[in-house]
Amino acid sequence: MNFDYTEEQTLLENMVTSFVRDDYDWDTRCSIVKTEEGWKEENWKKFAELGLLGVPFEEDHGGLGGEATDIMIVMEQFGKGLVVEPYMPSIILAGGLISKLGSADQKNSIIPEIISGDRRYVFAYAEPQSRFDLFDVKCSATLDGDNYIINGFKSVVFGAGMATHLIVSARTDGDQRSKSGITLFLVDIKSDGITLQNYPTIDEYRASEVVIENLTVSKENILGELGNSYEAIEEQVDLSTIAICSEAVGILQVLKDSTNDYCKNRKQFGQSISANQAIQHRLVDMMIEYEQAKSILYMAITADLSNTDERRKAASAAKARIGKAIKFVGENAIQLHGGMGVVDEYMISHFFKRATMIGILFGNVDFHMKRYTDLTQSNIQSINEDDGINLS
Amino acid sequence: MDTAFSSEDLKFQSDVREFISNNYPKELKDSIGTKRKTGKELSRDDLMSWHKILGKHNGWSAPGWPKEYGGAEFSPTQKYIFEQECARAECQYIMPFGVNMVGPVIYTFGNDEQKAKHLPGILSGDIFWCQGYSEPGSGSDLASLKTSAVKEGDHYVVNGQKTWTTLAQHADWIFCLVRTNPDAEKPQQGISFLLIDMKTPGITVRPIKLMDGSHEVNETWFDNVKVPVENLIGQENMGWTYAKFLLAHERSGIAGVARSKKALERIKQIASAEMSYGEPLIQDPAFKSKIANAELELSSLEYTELRTLAKDSAGKGPGPESSLLKIKGTDIQQMVTELAMEAVGYYANPHLGTTLSNEYVGPDYATNLSGSYFNFRKASIYGGSNEIQRNIIAKMVLGL
Repeated sequence: MNFDYTEEQTLLENMVTSFVRDDYDWDTRCSIVKTEEGWKEENWKKFAELGLLGVPFEEDHGGLGGEATDIMIVMEQFGKGLVVEPYMPSIILAGGLISKLGSADQKNSIIPEIISGDRRYVFAYAEPQSRFDLFDVKCSATLDGDNYIINGFKSVVFGAGMATHLIVSARTDGDQRSKSGITLFLVDIKSDGITLQNYPTIDEYRASEVVIENLTVSKENILGELGNSYEAIEEQVDLSTIAICSEAVGILQVLKDSTNDYCKNRKQFGQSISANQAIQHRLVDMMIEYEQAKSILYMAITADLSNTDERRKAASAAKARIGKAIKFVGENAIQLHGGMGVVDEYMISHFFKRATMIGILFGNVDFHMKRYTDLTQSNIQSINEDDGINLS
Repeated sequence: MDTAFSSEDLKFQSDVREFISNNYPKELKDSIGTKRKTGKELSRDDLMSWHKILGKHNGWSAPGWPKEYGGAEFSPTQKYIFEQECARAECQYIMPFGVNMVGPVIYTFGNDEQKAKHLPGILSGDIFWCQGYSEPGSGSDLASLKTSAVKEGDHYVVNGQKTWTTLAQHADWIFCLVRTNPDAEKPQQGISFLLIDMKTPGITVRPIKLMDGSHEVNETWFDNVKVPVENLIGQENMGWTYAKFLLAHERSGIAGVARSKKALERIKQIASAEMSYGEPLIQDPAFKSKIANAELELSSLEYTELRTLAKDSAGKGPGPESSLLKIKGTDIQQMVTELAMEAVGYYANPHLGTTLSNEYVGPDYATNLSGSYFNFRKASIYGGSNEIQRNIIAKMVLGL
């Protein structure tokens, strides 16, 4: 048993760490989010050069064949730099769907283009009424000769403004909330029938509302089986959930460490505010929450993610527990920074905002607590007369 | 990253499981089970007979001790597996006072005579130890202790009072922190570590009843108790160093993850039998969400412990992180004892689960669960209160 990285993983971590340190310092990051586009395409090219865009893809397609630990390593370091380039939406989520469901032809033509940075797919799944239910899909696709005609509305599609292509989930059969009848379509973002309404998010990322009107997609651009994509969507969202949990753990580390430093340096009543026990114990509790968050992430990363039930449990356990840690560490980081905590100018509020939005992404604490509870607490168990409760 | 056990570890796991299943006495299980349910005090035999069985098997009564002193010298992973298996089988836990506390002090700081005299009895379980640290005026501020030891010829004369002496009613020996230099510049500098035979004239043990009615702790009085100088551990006035060493040992393993896990399983069984809104309680969304929450906390803590263990295995040594394990471990124990009490509804009420004419009341599984809840308020107080643990982390980990 060990929690060590392999030599390759250590190299990967060092590489991402130096990217964040050298190419993504705080001032650079601030200038990137202030641009019209809200990201820096050059950074994407740099990711391609560094091999980062290939981390989760199979070696057959030019990827690194990375696993959950490798993705965690990248996301954790990106979290520490609040990197806004759409790595998770494009590489982990959309890339994961293509790897999972793509035909041999689709994978051969698309994945190398993703890895080289020439194409960016993002997945348009959420709708105004769906909240966190991935099966709640109104957007419809109807057959018209050899094509499908898609109509619908997709909300808060992260990174759509930076994408070259979309994966759109649409209903080819069944009721609005049926798990069957959901089909995925690969479409060029410049296609007629797609209108993007781009906007910055509160945490300075970019998202779009996507209006789809009479979008024509040929049958060949169906990804996976007709009407049978829900389980793959759930799987890739679970894996992406673990990825953003890794990002969150990186952010929590910054929140905790920066708050520690701030409290040591900030002097009031002639001494560091960290000399006060009320503050010390708060900092200790933040550290404990951080460690617990990191531990549940490790639990998820080392779980058997190829087993459906284990994967669901791991993703929801991590998201629910880390969601709680985000609230505790985030809110206390702001509180202990005092006035400096609430201003835009100082970096701590930006980390807090990003962590909080991660808390919502793919389902908040309540959603994942309920999912985890339903997965783990539904069985009636028989009483074993020999057992007792013996803690001491 | 790999949380799978190696094939050697898996072999060890099955060896331990097999040993327990072949050697844990059925009578002991029954005796302890009945007493726990009816809130009766465990006898010395109940507490020690499993220890004695382990003591005859490759030093398994002392998992962490070096082989040199007769211990099992388990690797950190083996210790973890051993603890898990014992919890799984609901074995009586090994009294920590000899094995985890004074034993390591003796083999680390004691002289050859002391090692020869005391270690075998600790290992075999023939000698029962208790801990003389806290005093009425010295709880968290342990270094302010007043019990005095004055050297007169080849003896120390000890006077004073210790308190919260756990299971002193069974003890043969007590290890005590005593003040040998009242004039030292700092209170920590005048303390010595003495081993005292409980049969020495002048020692009085008085029970303290806890709020669940149990008799676990005592007051121990010393009235001109003569202790031979050869019972001093290490150097005079250096006791604080040994005491701190011991406290770090006390905190390791305090998380009790395996036992809390077992208790949660038990609560799920109880909640399957109990009804609420006409359905099994386990299906009540509010209740099952609380269990799920406790499980999540426990999973996190389990991985925190595994991470600490992995660090420990790599020879990086356990650090003040053990304070974290103590805080969260006891938090969860309290969460679990509360859930168990909550699960049985009204049947939390009967004290000890028997009527005045000694008939059982209510379902078997409900007996004394409220007692455990009340009893376990102690967990966040003993072993250095959770507030003191936070002070330790603030200073040693966060550098505040």
